[in-house]
Amino acid sequence: MSQTLNLTLKIWRQEGPNAKGSFESYQANNIPDDASFLEMLDIVNESLIENNQVPIEFPHDCREGICGTCGVMINGRAHGQEIGTATCQLHMRKFNDGDTIVIEPWRAAAFPVVKDLVVDRSPLDKIVEAGGYITAPTGSAPDANEMPIPKDVAESSMDAAACIGCGACVAACPNSAGQLFTSAKLWHLNSLPQGQAERYKRTEEMVETMEQYFGSCTNHGECKEACPKEISLDFIAEMNKDYMKSKVKNRKKAGQK
Amino acid sequence: MTTPIVTTNNTMAKNSAATPLRSKPKQLPFPLNLYQTAVGKKWVMAVTGLMLVGFVFAHMVGNLKLYLGVVTHHGERIYDADVYAEFLRNLLVPIFPETVFLWILRLGLLAAVVLHIHSAYALTRMNINSNDRYESKRDWLAANFASRTMRYSGTIVLFYILFHIADLTLGLIPGYDWHHGAVQSNVVGSLSNPIVAAFYLVANVLLTVHIFHGIYSMFRSLGLNNPAFDKIRQGAAAGISGLILLGNVSFPIAVLTGVVDYDVCAEGVTASEENSCVIEESHDAA
Repeated sequence: MSQTLNLTLKIWRQEGPNAKGSFESYQANNIPDDASFLEMLDIVNESLIENNQVPIEFPHDCREGICGTCGVMINGRAHGQEIGTATCQLHMRKFNDGDTIVIEPWRAAAFPVVKDLVVDRSPLDKIVEAGGYITAPTGSAPDANEMPIPKDVAESSMDAAACIGCGACVAACPNSAGQLFTSAKLWHLNSLPQGQAERYKRTEEMVETMEQYFGSCTNHGECKEACPKEISLDFIAEMNKDYMKSKVKNRKKAGQK
Repeated sequence: MTTPIVTTNNTMAKNSAATPLRSKPKQLPFPLNLYQTAVGKKWVMAVTGLMLVGFVFAHMVGNLKLYLGVVTHHGERIYDADVYAEFLRNLLVPIFPETVFLWILRLGLLAAVVLHIHSAYALTRMNINSNDRYESKRDWLAANFASRTMRYSGTIVLFYILFHIADLTLGLIPGYDWHHGAVQSNVVGSLSNPIVAAFYLVANVLLTVHIFHGIYSMFRSLGLNNPAFDKIRQGAAAGISGLILLGNVSFPIAVLTGVVDYDVCAEGVTASEENSCVIEESHDAA
């Protein structure tokens, strides 16, 4: 049975990057409980437009939890209270009638607010640009199973590759650190045979780019709780290990310098 | 990935996110280049932290000698804690002159403390600089009291260590009769003051909280962690810091309750002469 909810929303409104923002209260009435969180915002926006008010800008794209575009702080938690769930996959049935919901954009010095709930997350792209790729040889397609990869390794790599780059880890971190994101991007490639040729160069470049934008890890573990893909904190340990090796190894011999 | 339509005429922020918060430093020669990065500083913090935890644990175990009271050492009745202090000054003595190896250990610890504090300071500054505070209330899921108070517990522990050295190593704190090398009498003299004892209690609880998160963190900072460690890491951190807490907190309590005391008559005389120490009978250990 579908029910409807009446909610009070306190939403961060900010006209532009340099404007001063503040919380505004909105009444969201008759929200069906099978609506997603973003659909609830759509309903609120429709009523705002009908009343000739500026709709609330919020980040969204695929709405099926795989693109990493959506993401806001909901009642002080990145992506809301559901563990392993992106904002778009959070449904209103998880809330109670009469609830007050506080919605704030991601906060980090490297994530300036663009408008309302939308922040600029391009530093995450900068980290990937610094080494989150493999230099693939061109030519004919390799035969299937030419490069054996143990199942455990493939799964570990896939667990890291599940990162959708939403930035919740940075948003949830008291230090605004990007360790979970960077380590996931690193382990995705560093654990595979294809990633070995550039392993230490990649680790060095990506870590040092990360440190230009984000804070350092103090092992709270908030990032993992916020992560819609439940990326493991152990990838951070692997990143730290590979970074140390990148400095200690004789990479001239390994051809990575 | 489509960018949401921004219905505003404002230009992009002056501090556009593409502009880094800080530039890459010019690389110093190895191994100094490690310390230029946060990951390297965390590594230094973990290694120095491990050294300091090792010291704290050994220090606690050494202090347990306070419970052994008077022993006969080379035919002389002497408090076992004082024997232990003498042993530390004579560490590796045929190889090094007296107290030299002790000073090597002390300098190592001092270097560890300095590096630990400097890396903590530099990383804290970096973190504050990277952070933008939420206007609404945060709901913490994983961060605990220990992890969120590291910089405060660390600072208080630093002041405690300075007081502790001034009090018992250098005898600079008035209030009791301090003598070089007289461990039992100094400890009992200092901790008989309930205010000092209370300070020791509070500081040691904070030290334990600090060590708990430190042990929990160091495996990841050093890149040693893996799923096998995850299962035992929290237990190991709680176990080691719990032992340290139990030992360290027991000393002020033992002195205040009289379990550990100092009796001037028990010392310095051979067992046969013990009964002749009558004049000092009125002496109160407190």
